[in-house]
Formats: sequence, structure tokens, C-alpha cells
Amino acid sequence: MSILIYAENQNGKIAKSAKELASYAKAYADKTGQEVIAVGVEINQPEELYQYGVSKVLNVKNETLKTFNAFAHADLVTQAALQTGADLVLISDSNDAVYMGPILAAQLEAGYVSHVISLPEDTEQFTVKRKVFSNKGIAYTEILTDNKLLRIAKNSFGLYESPVNGSTENFVPEVDLSVYETYKVVNVEKATGKISLTDADIIVSGGRGLKGPENWGMVEELAEVLGAATACSKPVADLGWRPHTEHVGQTGKQIAPNLYIAIGISGAIQHLAGVNGSKNIVVINNDPEAPFFKAADYGVVGDAFEVVPQLIEKLKTFKNN
Amino acid sequence: MKILFLMSSVPDTTSKINFTDNNTRFDETGIQYVINPHDEFGLTKAMQIKEKHGGEIVVLNVGVAKTEPVIRKVLAIGADKAVRIDADPKDSYFTAVQIADYIKKNNDFDLIIAGKESLDYNGGMVHGLVAAMTGIKFINAVIGLELKDGKTVEVAREIDGGKEIIETSLPLIIGGQKGLVKEEELRIPNMRGIMMARKKPLEVLPAVESPVKTKIDKFEKPAAKGSIKLVDKDNLDELIDLLHNDAKVI
Ligand SMILES: Cc1cc2nc3c(=O)[nH]c(=O)nc-3n(C[C@H](O)[C@H](O)[C@H](O)COP(=O)(O)OP(=O)(O)OC[C@H]3O[C@@H](n4cnc5c(N)ncnc54)[C@H](O)[C@@H]3O)c2cc1C
Ligand SMILES: Nc1ncnc2c1ncn2[C@@H]1O[C@H](COP(=O)(O)O)[C@@H](O)[C@H]1O
Repeated sequence: MSILIYAENQNGKIAKSAKELASYAKAYADKTGQEVIAVGVEINQPEELYQYGVSKVLNVKNETLKTFNAFAHADLVTQAALQTGADLVLISDSNDAVYMGPILAAQLEAGYVSHVISLPEDTEQFTVKRKVFSNKGIAYTEILTDNKLLRIAKNSFGLYESPVNGSTENFVPEVDLSVYETYKVVNVEKATGKISLTDADIIVSGGRGLKGPENWGMVEELAEVLGAATACSKPVADLGWRPHTEHVGQTGKQIAPNLYIAIGISGAIQHLAGVNGSKNIVVINNDPEAPFFKAADYGVVGDAFEVVPQLIEKLKTFKNN
Repeated sequence: MKILFLMSSVPDTTSKINFTDNNTRFDETGIQYVINPHDEFGLTKAMQIKEKHGGEIVVLNVGVAKTEPVIRKVLAIGADKAVRIDADPKDSYFTAVQIADYIKKNNDFDLIIAGKESLDYNGGMVHGLVAAMTGIKFINAVIGLELKDGKTVEVAREIDGGKEIIETSLPLIIGGQKGLVKEEELRIPNMRGIMMARKKPLEVLPAVESPVKTKIDKFEKPAAKGSIKLVDKDNLDELIDLLHNDAKVI
């Protein structure tokens, strides 16, 4: 028996999420004596995965499959699972993997759990913790089927190096490529050069306290100094100050970076539900009573228009030393 | 155009979440239920399609009798008829089996609109499982949908860091979300709608046999944050020091 991870990449480069899946798989495999296997399409440096405990990489070389299609990719993961005898399959919570998840679960006839934040409690009974009620609760969920599919919540487990001697094989699955005609991708728009919310370790976010879109210069500058992505509260997106793709919260994107800096955001329950998975939260708000301070690790009570420019200058000095 | 709207009824987003019976059950005391926010965008989209192309909207919910006020709300907004499959939707697989069974018996829907995820148990899978069980085409995280001539549709799907436009054909299941229609286009019930909803049919069907694949043993609340470290606005070096040495994030 083995554990199979679906390893995503960006232009061939292993995604951080794949290393996180590998870390999770390896930690569990060490308890059960299983082997960790990865499957991916056109991975350039599979050896990076050996560092995280993957002993075999099934690398698919196929121009068509390089473009994600949920049905084709579910097919190839299923075949990889069959070939390797994997009864536990792990996927990330990228948009692609979330799309593929239920299709894959059906093919594997697997019990499927999403938003998983812990390893199984023990090896006898397969129970994992998952986030429910938009981060307001945790459910201990038992999977009752032989085959199991887990969608691991980003940044919940962490990266652990555990080098093994790995090998990479060319994997040639039999996939019905007609799905690329059924679902014909006619256009892709991707912001280039900007760090996306899903990849970011640090996120700088602004709320209605910033008064208007013309004041986002300092938010972007702070983000740039920190190598961070930018986000915003719901009303900011609704007012058209920022694009909808930046809206975080219960009804926007759920994020869990290492550091979340909230500027001029009150900390409404719906906002917190989408961001309170962040490892560290800094709140900058001129109202000491703002509810966000109750959910933060670090806080500055002050006017954003004074605090943020100073913070930028000080961070520049810090980075230069 | 026949549209099936899959509606999940969830606690109002302002709800404080608590657990009861030794943390084995969600505490429903004082909880108000609403249409799942991700589903709402799809409902308005369904209305817009119906207004342009004609047709019928059926709302389907797998739930116990207490979801009926929320189903009535969907009827008040504009769905034509409702179906409730009488069961406690404990596990996503079980729920999907119920929906797939209904679709197989009523297989004349052109478009099946769901949300990308219910904001209660956050599975993000019921609609995708239904697609797999029925063989109907499926696109998730949909932020735009345009009917072209005949059966062709152009669908915008959110991808990490952008979007992808896919051309496909009906019948189709989508998992909708914000962006599918504009926030200001979202419909709310008016008086006339509420009056009319009382007369619209709400059929209650028994559930079909199905196993479950997962089971919740217990709940807990996330660990509360430790106490906050406040930094004086005139001493931001301390903040940088904390982020560097204490949190180790910069
Ligand atoms: C169904 C539903 C779903 C929702 N989903 C979401 C969601 O996903 N995400 C989300 O964000 N919201 C969501 N909301 C909205 C949420 O309830 C709040 O209204 C929203 O988060 C408030 O945004 P804000 O904090 O930017 O604005 P406000 O509440 O107006 O807060 C502005 C803050 O800025 C501070 N401020 C003002 N001036 C300054 C200054 N000069 N310097 C520093 N601070 C200053 C103020 O003290 C205040 O705390 C949802 C609401 C509903 C009903
Ligand atoms: N009990 C239910 N009845 C009808 N539709 C549902 C139900 N549960 C989930 N759905 C639909 O499936 C989508 C995904 O739900 P979930 O897998 O629970 O996150 C929701 O947004 C709804 O559109």
C-alpha cells in the first residue's frame, strides 16, 4: 500500500502545496510503513520532491495534459492510484484540485474530506480534523471507506524535509483526451508578475478605513517591500475600489498565510471567518475598540495614513541591513 | 430552458457557532438559516436566464422540514416550484445520491446551478459528486456564464491568479460563486413575491437508501488567539522586531 499525492506545478516548477502534501504524506507514512508516491504532469525537477519524502515520482509527459482538465486529471490520478496500489490520495486546495476533488472521489470510490488540518489521530481508525462553519469550528471526521481522499488545507501542516532516495518514472496513463474538446479552453487571463493570494506567504489587506481607491498606493508599496500579495474587505471590492479577486472572507477567498496585515478593517465576523486561519495577524486601526484587535496577534492603534508610510520606511531600512 | 437550482440552507453568516451534547452536535439554538451565500449568485443568474430565454426554475433541497422557510424564500425570489427531499444531509455522498436520483428521474434539465461550497460543512463536493453520478458535464468556481446560440455556453472559471474561459454545451452543472452576477444584481424577495410563493408547489419526496462514507465523531472550537501584543504607533521598530524575532515571519 502507498500514499499518492497529486503534485501540481507552475511551468514545471513544483508548487509549494505539493511539498506540503508530501510532508503530510511522509509524516503519516512513517507511522504506517507506507511509501509516498507523487503523480504530476511535466514536472521539471522531480528530485525536489525526494527532499520531502517522496520516493517515486510518476511524471506524465504529454502536451495536452499539461493544461489542466478536471476529468482528464482525475483519470490520470485514478490510474496512478490503481497502478501503485494507493489507498490514500492527497490533493491541495488550489482551484484546480478543488474542482477535480469530487470527480476523483467518485472514480476512486473514496470517502472524501476537505479542509483537512491534521494527520489521522491513529492508524486504527482513520479520523482527521477538518475546518467547518468557515473556520468557526473543527469537526473530527472519520472516513469509513477503504479508499480515502483528503484535501489538505493550505499552510495547516507545514513543510518538513525528510530526504529519501527517490526515482522518477515516465508515466503514460490512458486518458480520454476528448474532454479537451468537450471543455474547450478558449481564453486564459492570468495576472503576471503579481503574487497571487493563493501562493502568498504574506498578505497585506485594506478595508473601508482607507477611504478610497486612490489611497491604495501605500498598501501596494507595503506589499512590495514584504514580497506580499494584496487583499481587501468585501465592501472595498463591492465599491469597486479593488478587484473582486482580492476580496477575502467568508464569502470571498479563504486565506491562511503566515502573516496577514489588516489595515483599516474592522474585523467583522464574516471577514474573520476567511482570514483567521492566518498564522500571524497584525491589525492597524485607529479605533482601539475595533473587534479585529481581539483576533490579532499584534496591533497598532493609529491612523493608517501615518502608520503605514512609516512602517514602509522602517521595513526598507530593515531589509537593507 | 429548464433550470434546477440546488440550494443549501446554512446558518446566517453572523452566527456564533457552538456545539452541544458533549460536542457531538452543532448547537442550533438561536441560529437563523439563510440561502448559502455562494448559491445566491446562481439563483439570480437562473432568474436572468429565465427572463431572457423563458423556462422554469425548480429549487431542490435535501433537508429536514425546518429548511422550508428558506425554500419559500427562494420561491419568493422567483423559483417556480420546489422539491425537498426529506432527509438530514449528514454526509456529502449521501446528499449527492439523493440529488442524482432526482435528476435521473427528471432528466430534462438544461442547466443545474449549485454553489461552489456550502458555508456550514464546507465540503465543496456535493455538486461535483452529482456530476460524476449522473454523467452530466461540470464546471466549478464559475464567475461568468453566457448562453451562446443553441446549446453552446461560455463559462468563466476562476483559476489561481486569474480566470479561464471554457466553451462547452448544455446540459451542464455549475458550482457558482461571487462574480457569476454582480453583487448589486442579487435579488431579494419583495411583498408580491412573498405572497406568490405561498401558492407555489413545494413537493416533499422521501429519501432513497444510501450509505454514508464519512462520519463526524465530535466537534471543537478553534483555539482562541493568545493575548494581543500592542505596539505604540511611534515605536514601529518594535513591530518589526516582533515580526522578525517573535513571529519569525519577516
Ligand atoms: C452575507 C454576508 C457576507 C459577508 N462576507 C464578507 C466577507 O467575505 N469579507 C468581508 O470582509 N466582509 C464580509 N461581509 C461584510 C462584513 O459584515 C463587514 O461589513 C465588512 O467586513 C466591513 O469592511 P471594513 O472592515 O473594510 O469596513 P468598516 O466596517 O467600515 O471598517 C472600517 C475600519 O477602518 C477603521 N478606520 C477608519 N479610518 C481609519 C484610519 N484613518 N486609519 C486606520 N483605521 C481606520 C475603522 O475604525 C473601522 O474599524 C459580509 C456581510 C454579509 C452580510
Ligand atoms: N442539502 C443540500 N440540498 C441541495 N443542494 C445542496 C445541499 N448541500 C449542498 N448542496 C449544493 O452543493 C453545493 C456544494 O455543497 P457542499 O459540497 O456541501 O459544500 C452547494 O453550494 C449547493 O448548491
